[in-house]
Order: sequence, then C-alpha cells, then structure tokens
Amino acid sequence: MTVIDYLQNAAMRFPDKIAFADQDKGISFGELLERARHIAAALTDRFGTVNEPVAVVIDRNVESICAFMGIAMSRNFYVPIGSMQPLQRIDLILEQMQPKAIIAIGSSLPGLANPDRIPILQYDELAEYETDGDRLCEVRKGCLDTDPLYAICTSGSTGVPKGVLISHRCVMDFIPVFCETFSMDEREVFGNQAPFDFDVSVKDIYSTLYCGASMYIMPRVCFSMPKLMVDALDERRVTTIVWAVSALCIAVGVNAFKHRVPGHLKKILFSGEVMPVKLLNVWRSYFPDAMFVNLYGPTEITCNCLYYILDRAFENNEKLPLGIPFQNEGVFFLNENDEPVKTGETGEICVTGTCLAIGYYRNPERTEAAFVQNPCNDRYPERMYRTGDLALLGKDGQYYFAGRKDFQIKHMGHRIELEEIETFLGAIGGVRRASCLFDEKRNKIVAFYEADLDKTEIIKALKAELPKYMIPNLFLQVAQLPISKNGKIDRQRLREQYLAGSWDGTGTNTANEEETAANSSET
Amino acid sequence: MDMEQILKILREVRPDVEFEKEKKLIDDGILDSFDIITIVSEFNETFDIDIDVEDLEPVNFNTVEAMQQLIKRLQEEE
Repeated sequence: MTVIDYLQNAAMRFPDKIAFADQDKGISFGELLERARHIAAALTDRFGTVNEPVAVVIDRNVESICAFMGIAMSRNFYVPIGSMQPLQRIDLILEQMQPKAIIAIGSSLPGLANPDRIPILQYDELAEYETDGDRLCEVRKGCLDTDPLYAICTSGSTGVPKGVLISHRCVMDFIPVFCETFSMDEREVFGNQAPFDFDVSVKDIYSTLYCGASMYIMPRVCFSMPKLMVDALDERRVTTIVWAVSALCIAVGVNAFKHRVPGHLKKILFSGEVMPVKLLNVWRSYFPDAMFVNLYGPTEITCNCLYYILDRAFENNEKLPLGIPFQNEGVFFLNENDEPVKTGETGEICVTGTCLAIGYYRNPERTEAAFVQNPCNDRYPERMYRTGDLALLGKDGQYYFAGRKDFQIKHMGHRIELEEIETFLGAIGGVRRASCLFDEKRNKIVAFYEADLDKTEIIKALKAELPKYMIPNLFLQVAQLPISKNGKIDRQRLREQYLAGSWDGTGTNTANEEETAANSSET
Repeated sequence: MDMEQILKILREVRPDVEFEKEKKLIDDGILDSFDIITIVSEFNETFDIDIDVEDLEPVNFNTVEAMQQLIKRLQEEE
C-alpha cells in the first residue's frame, strides 16, 4: 500500500474529473496517473535505484504534482526545492540531500554551482518518455508502505538545512483521519496557498487524491494582490482552504472582503503560527456558517497532531486552544521532569504514533536528539518526537501554545532557527560578533552586530545566502554585545536591554537603529 | 509627492531591487505579499491616502510610474 493507491482509486472513480488545476491548465485524475507512469518509467530506466531522493524545482503548477507522483511511483522520494530562494542555499540543500537527479520544470536554475554534477532532467522529456514499463512493474512489486515518500527541508541551527523524511505510511495514517474529522469528500475544492516545499501543502495534495476532490493552485499574485485572491476563491468555487495564518491575515489587512465575499467557502483551516483572534473574528463575520479549525503540528509528525474546531465566539483578547489529538496520534505535555503537566504548568509537546517521521535524512545526530524513547515507557521500544514547543495547561482544561524551548521562531509562517541566521551573520567578513532575537510584539527579527560595516553591506551578503523571510527586519549596530560569565553572548541580558531601549550594551545608546523593513509586515 | 519619495520607500522595503528598471514587479513575483502590505501602509501614511482593495491590482504596482499615478489619482480624489 502506498499513496499511489489513492491516485489509482481516484483515477478509477473519476477518470475525467479535473484533479489539479493552476492558472493556465488542469489535469484529470486519469491524465495524472498516465503522466506519473511516464515519469516513473523514465526514472526507473535511467537510474534503476529505489528509495533515493529526487529533487524537483517546484513552482505553482500542476507539473510539480505530476513530478511528485512520478517519483513516488518509481519507488523513490521527492525533495521539493523552491526556485525563489538564493542559489547558494539550494546548493546547500543539494549537498545535504544528495539527490540522484534534479527535475526542472521551466526554470533549470541557471547559475547553480552544482559541484556534485547532479544530472538536471527536463520535465517535458520525462513526461513524454515512452517505454514498455516492464522494469517499472518489477520495481512497483517491491514497494513498502514504510518507504520514504518525501523529504521537506527546514531551517537547521548549524546552517545546514534538515531534511525531514516522511514515509507513505505516515501520510496514509494522517490523511484519512484528517478528511474524516472535517467531513471532506469528493465535492471539496481546495484552494491551495501553501508552496509545495511546505508540509501544509501535503494536506491539500493528498486529501485531493484520497477524496477524489479537486485542488486549485492559486497563483502567487493572489496573495500580493488580495483582490485577485477573493476573485479566485469565488470564481474557482473553492470550498475549503488549509492556509498559513499569515495568508489569512493578508486578506483582513487590506479589507479584501469589501470587494467580494467568496460564495462557496465552507471550511477554513489554519496553522503555522498563533492566529490573532481579532483578525480571525473578521473572517468569522464574513463566513458565519463556515467551520473554522485551529491546527497545530510540526513537519516531523506529518502535518498536524492537534486540532480545535471553533465551537463558540472568542473575544479579541482571548487565545485559541490547541485542542485535541487527531485519532491515532499520541500527544503528551511533559514538564522538565518528564511528567505530565498539571493545571497552570507549562510543558513540552511530545508526540507518539505512526505519524512520526522516519527521521532527518543523513543526519543521525539530530534524529537521535529529537526522536527519543518515550521516557514514560521503560518496558518496550516506543519512539517519541520532542517538538520543542511549549504548551500551558489552562484552568479550563485546555492547552495553549506557550513559545519555544530553544531559539526557533515562527515568522511569517516559516520555521526559523535564530542560530542559523547568526551563523551566516557571523561568517560575513568584518562582523566580529552577532546575535538575533525575535520581537514577538512587533513581529520583527532583530539582529545585533559588532562590526564597522554598513547594514546595506550586511543585508546584501545575507541575501545571497538566506531566503528572504530569514533576513532580519531590524539591524542594530552595537559597540559591544553583553557577555555571560562563560564568554558567550548573554541573550537574556540582550533581550532585557533591547526591551528597555538601551541597545548598545554600554548604556550610552550608540545603537544605530535602522529598519530594513525588508520583511516587516503590519498584519 | 515626487518620484524620489516613492523610490525611498521602495528601497527601504527592498534594497536589492532596481525599481526604475523593473516593468513587472508584480507579474514576475519580484514583490511578494509582505512587501506589498508594507509598501501600501507606507504609501498611505506618507501621502495621506487610502489605498483600497479595489486599487490592489497588478497594473497599479507593476512599475514605479504606475504607483506614482495611483498615488496622484488618490490624492486628487481626496
């Protein structure tokens, strides 16, 4: 059993129904199955390997989905690569993932260093590949549900991206439960917002295949010009959106529903960050009969493990609860002594079950640190994922998100390790020391640095290495960063100084505050 | 309102973009949703205008000249 069974079932039930559409074209389940066969056969004939990574240079198009299906059918796993990120970062991802090949759809990444000379295959050639398919048939017989399906790369604190490796079984454990929990069926039209290198998109793609529904890949411009967002939702008759919180906020920020209220929207699910209730209430006022769901979970446990269906009105200053675990997922809230938290206590969110990722690809150290034996079980092996996220058990018996154990932050829907930014900041010639903090209130990443460099030089250097959302929004040049007794940068004191408004560490306020506004968002 | 004022705001948001040269800032995805939100709120504040959702169309933001025209029109409507 693999996810290809979902595709085959859907192609049998609805061969001519449009499964996936983008701005320019659509593809039926039948055509998708056929296209996947060609791609799979081409990969099998050319490489003959199984359970190896194949990178896909994704964009917001149906071809990306076809490539994913082809790779999965060839019994390999896909690694989506966003083409909008800096080439140097793509090289880092390739170095870590060591894919057998890169499938290029349109953009073949001119300027990529590609020191390992990974073959770059043109999508069109694969999709038209002709073969008797005998070898592919042989390969398919050996498929296991424990085979890896995809690897999604996330920020790693050392500067090396981590590839979260997810099996077919993980997805097949989660998706049917997800669809049943929210009563999804073939009538669903998903309005896809999440890029395919985000695991939020896994819910759109595989729910579409599982239910025999359809999915509209909304063009990027819908989110910069929200007028087009509401037009597309209405015209494409979208019923269901599974979006990042930041995308929902965009619509409210510019009052998009004044232009048009999409008439078919029934289910609105969101995740990625804490949803500001004030903004959510605007959505609720326009869609009083829709189901709203707060979703929580990191990529490592396959999309989500907790959900809360909004069952009452919330005041603007209230917080949304994390809710309850999805069926077949174990969620524990453990305090510092690894005991379940009591009321008023904060603990780490820990997860067990089939949903757990295989691990981080080619990274046994990080895998062992995050995927551990359940400390509450000393009788048999039971893997548990420590999310690093904290939750507070409220007096009402509900759990509420309460920040991070480490220096990972959520900014504009992206998971970012502050230490990763610091690694790259510190590597810039002329920078002596650097530290970052996240100002939650102003939603800004703040960088402090000791250097004689102009901030424009620093931004230029960072932009070549890091995706845009990781570039700090505020750069503060300081004479000296506060140092703790063991010689490390004293983050606690730095934060206190920042909040108190004296940012240079000497009390003389020589900080040179300049906002780059590069990513600042007032949502 | 002059061009320099507009360019100053744009360069603050995206120091890496050559705004005078680009003709498809939106269509080519050079400016993303967060850039636009920042730019719109800066324009609103600086030029004392109220950019409405109806004005949020690629044709109004693809070039610096288009943005200038939009601002001018909204100021005249005031």
